[in-house]
Amino acid sequence: MTRRLLLPGTVVVALLGLWQLAASSGALADLLGLEPFLVPSPAEIAASLRDNRALLAENAWVTLQEILLGFLIGLVAGLGFASLLRFSATLRRAFYPLMVGSQAVPILIFAPVLVVWFGFGIGPKLIVVALLCFFPIAVATTDGLRSVDPEAVKMMRSLDASRLQLLWRVEAPNALPFVFSGARVAATFAPIGAVFGEWVGADSGLGHLILQDNAQLETARLFAAAFVLAAIAIALFGLLALAERRIVNWR
Amino acid sequence: MTAEANRFAVAAPSPAAGAAAGAAVSIRSLAHSYGELPAIERLDLEAPAHGVLGLVGPSGCGKSTLLELIAGLREPSAGAIEAGGACDAAGRLAHCAFMPQRDLLLPWLSAVDNAALALRNRGARRSAARREAGQLFERFGLAGFERARPAELSGGMRQRVAFLRTLLAGKPVLALDEPFASLDAITRAEMQAWLAGALAADPRTVVLVTHDVEEALYLSDRVAVLSARPARVVEELSAPDPRAADRDAAVTDPGFVAARERAMAALHKGAK
Repeated sequence: MTRRLLLPGTVVVALLGLWQLAASSGALADLLGLEPFLVPSPAEIAASLRDNRALLAENAWVTLQEILLGFLIGLVAGLGFASLLRFSATLRRAFYPLMVGSQAVPILIFAPVLVVWFGFGIGPKLIVVALLCFFPIAVATTDGLRSVDPEAVKMMRSLDASRLQLLWRVEAPNALPFVFSGARVAATFAPIGAVFGEWVGADSGLGHLILQDNAQLETARLFAAAFVLAAIAIALFGLLALAERRIVNWR
Repeated sequence: MTAEANRFAVAAPSPAAGAAAGAAVSIRSLAHSYGELPAIERLDLEAPAHGVLGLVGPSGCGKSTLLELIAGLREPSAGAIEAGGACDAAGRLAHCAFMPQRDLLLPWLSAVDNAALALRNRGARRSAARREAGQLFERFGLAGFERARPAELSGGMRQRVAFLRTLLAGKPVLALDEPFASLDAITRAEMQAWLAGALAADPRTVVLVTHDVEEALYLSDRVAVLSARPARVVEELSAPDPRAADRDAAVTDPGFVAARERAMAALHKGAK
């Protein structure tokens, strides 16, 4: 594991070093034709992280709740809906094409309407994140449930399995790898949805902070907030990967 | 039951297994097609109660379809099948245990959990089901592999676990689709001898599909040679010494060899 991280780690350190040099010497600012305080160096960002840690933590917690809760809601709804479609061919024929097609629709455009309806609270963000997560999970789970081996179904039927036992013992475990791949896609959407929701209407959160800092030209803190957000997103992804390795342990 | 036969005793026979008449399989004027494609032309066959009916035929002739029809997984296009005393598909399904060609062990379950599937489906608690299934692992030559995942087992071992799974369903009729196909010759011979002993201790009605004529003649009471698709019976033979205790002696016996020649000739005739 350490060996695998060595090369990418070296690249990251090298890039950071390059950035630090370019920024602190003023070369970066000259290159972009900007004031130096608009192009902070990694050292300045780190300092801002330390100085504003209380503020960043407070806002990070708000955004984290939006991401996690929204993701969970989308996950449960996606799994439930896909299971429903499994039991009814009619519902499946009616809804599956809609589910696939609606993934092309940018859900984010509905965020302003949701803010108008539900205000500045966590509601609109949860709805946006949940919607963003719902579709990839529902589609992936439906595909996974459908991918079961028909011979295995025959075998189970002959062993007195009820429809529910078939779903629970064969179809669901078989679908798990698919569910995780859908969840991975959803996990990349969730932070975007949360931040976008905050941009449209919020009084707290990392996205809100970033917007504020942008307006006030607090660039170092903006980068620090973005860094925290990235860390949250990576952690979510890593958690999913860990869960998949533990749960789907038969490959 | 003798002590020797007792060693092979498997799952407690279900109540239906006791009724000899109810355990037979009878097929009358059976015909089946997939849409426009005829798979079975016309079949009239019988598996004697607590006996073995062997089915041999060229690849793709419809043997597997026939087995699925018997096991109640499908309804035939025409004709009647009775198995375990039931004439409708649902009844047959309840009285038949179907063993597909591939082992189909669920990769997320251990070997013993796979074997205990029928018990779990019927509501047994996991510990009790594992205990009951685990007892048979030793007799199958699988001692110590109860907790292994299918991916860790050899092909032959997986097939044996699948067979164990079929037996543990406790059904009076077994529908076996080439159960030993993926095993090497030595293991196959051992498993045939094992099955002979198991059936002696725990009689079931068996419909056995196999491409191995010798296997069919050794294990079955009667062997039906099927033609190429659409399937019909080319010839029916009585096996000279079904499930004889000494397998090696039995398959070299002149009567057995003659029967095998007859079956092979019928196979070639029907394959055209």
